[in-house]
Amino acid sequence: MKHLKAINSKAGRVERFVSPPAAVPVPQAADGEADVVALQGGGPPQQPGGGAHIPIGCSLVFSPGWEADRTGGTAGLCQPVERDLFDCHIGCFWPAHVPDMLNHAPDWTGKCAAAQKDWRKIDIVFP
Amino acid sequence: MSLLEAGHYHRFEAAGRPYLYLVNSAAVFGIDEAADAVLKALNGRQRSRDELLDDLAVVYDRGELDDTITELARVRAITEPLQARPAKPKKVFPLTPFPVTTTVINVTNQCNLGCTYCYEYGDDKIVDTKTNGKPKFMTEETAKDSVDFALREAGSNKMAHITFFGGETLLNFRVLKKTIPYARSRAAEVGKDVDFSLTTNATLLTPEIIEFLAENQVGVTISMDGPKELQNKFRVFHNGQGSYDVVAPKVKALLARHRSRPIGARVTLTSGVLDVTRIYRHLTDEIGFHEVGFAPVTSKDARSWAIDGNGMDQVLAEFVKLGHEWLEAAVENRHHGFSNVRETLQEIHQGMSKAYPCGAGLGLVGVSTDGQVALCHRFAGSDDHKIGDVKGGIDRGAQRDFLESHHIDEKPDCNSCFARPMCSGGCYHEAHTRYGDTTHANLHFCGWVRGWTDACLRIYGELAERNPAFLTQFDSPDAAGERVS
Repeated sequence: MKHLKAINSKAGRVERFVSPPAAVPVPQAADGEADVVALQGGGPPQQPGGGAHIPIGCSLVFSPGWEADRTGGTAGLCQPVERDLFDCHIGCFWPAHVPDMLNHAPDWTGKCAAAQKDWRKIDIVFP
Repeated sequence: MSLLEAGHYHRFEAAGRPYLYLVNSAAVFGIDEAADAVLKALNGRQRSRDELLDDLAVVYDRGELDDTITELARVRAITEPLQARPAKPKKVFPLTPFPVTTTVINVTNQCNLGCTYCYEYGDDKIVDTKTNGKPKFMTEETAKDSVDFALREAGSNKMAHITFFGGETLLNFRVLKKTIPYARSRAAEVGKDVDFSLTTNATLLTPEIIEFLAENQVGVTISMDGPKELQNKFRVFHNGQGSYDVVAPKVKALLARHRSRPIGARVTLTSGVLDVTRIYRHLTDEIGFHEVGFAPVTSKDARSWAIDGNGMDQVLAEFVKLGHEWLEAAVENRHHGFSNVRETLQEIHQGMSKAYPCGAGLGLVGVSTDGQVALCHRFAGSDDHKIGDVKGGIDRGAQRDFLESHHIDEKPDCNSCFARPMCSGGCYHEAHTRYGDTTHANLHFCGWVRGWTDACLRIYGELAERNPAFLTQFDSPDAAGERVS
């Protein structure tokens, strides 16, 4: 939309719901069953040529460090990589990389109110 | 020719730009000048698309205007009244059995303070604890039954939150101390996690209790009203003596030792206690609280502590002032402990639209000293608001009746209000005190709620413009904890 800009999360969902779908052919598996596509969640295809999206740099496959998908952006990476550092404690092996904030390093993020800006201020913690 | 009319929205400005809060979807959109002009042209009257285009094409490009109208219609900021509208959707009820996420256990109905305004003992009390025959203190056995209830009714949820409440919670520390290890071992047996919090007036804190709370990571909310003369106005012992000198050093000791959970203050605003900024400064800068939440006292109009219209205007003005202080902190990614604004912003960000004002009777229940389960802690012990007991579980029929009669669709007064998605009629207990009816919308708060919602929308718009990255912390649906007051 050109004249309206979605600001909150709900507006984003409304916009995705009411916008005319992009004319992109949905890839079908040979046996007629739809392919399982994760991390795409609608929207324009992140990789030209269609096909299932394969995130590279997923921490389940490689060590963290892959910080761009094959288009050069971060949108295709898995959630822990996209959000980095914070909020990756769930469903992923990354908790092991996050200091124990409850008992041993309560002030680990004390100087970091918003990870997107202040992550350089986070101290190194050796367990 | 089909006509267009304005949909249900609230327009506000932030950072010098216009925004829309769409009431039916709770979506927030920034709009450009052309969209703003279209909405203004439709203010209070219906017009055809061609009329609109003819009028506004003097200023804006006709093709752009056409696109603008289409976009506004798509998100239902404008609608076509003559078009057959879909029938009003049926009331949507939560799926049942809805899991209980928070069980508030009232371990005692006794208190060592005699705060005149208290909803539990004051003139507006629902349950007379002297005459209703309920035990003064919960037994260890009932507390254990309450834990079993919380774990059972959590259903498929991995986590059960248990909150201890009173009366003065720490009067029954003996039982609390045994209940927590029991809950941990029972939770481990059934493969769940459990966490704990409590609310206290802080008068009974001792080094041993502080140690226990810190070690067990018990979240603590302190009921405290501010500097000495404000705290002592209503928060007094039964002999009338003020509690500040007893409370302040104990709270400082707690804050010094207990670092495993953030500790918040919960302030009750009353007729003489309205200086929100001064209270906030005292509780954060001088006492050291991490965050401070404020709530106007629940009372009938005639009470000496009730806040009149002028008082509520003052509270709103102070809230807005502190809200802007919070905004400036957020723009610079600094912490600011004014929790009221934080909670509202979270709801705006996610676009919450509530069928019920809170989780009472649904995800949150209150248990009285004899194990009766009520809508919330404020109704604990009231036979009229009972929805089960800890042994038998939730009475699903009673719960269903409650959900039917308290749905936002049953509050026609709220139909035309833009703050409806967030307020949903307001606190059941407040309504019961004011109108003697929990299903009643809290009409005495409407102006205030709309003023505060508008202020928070402006703060939200401003933040979205100046530091959008700050808002991503609100993306997680469970970013806000359950607060009991």
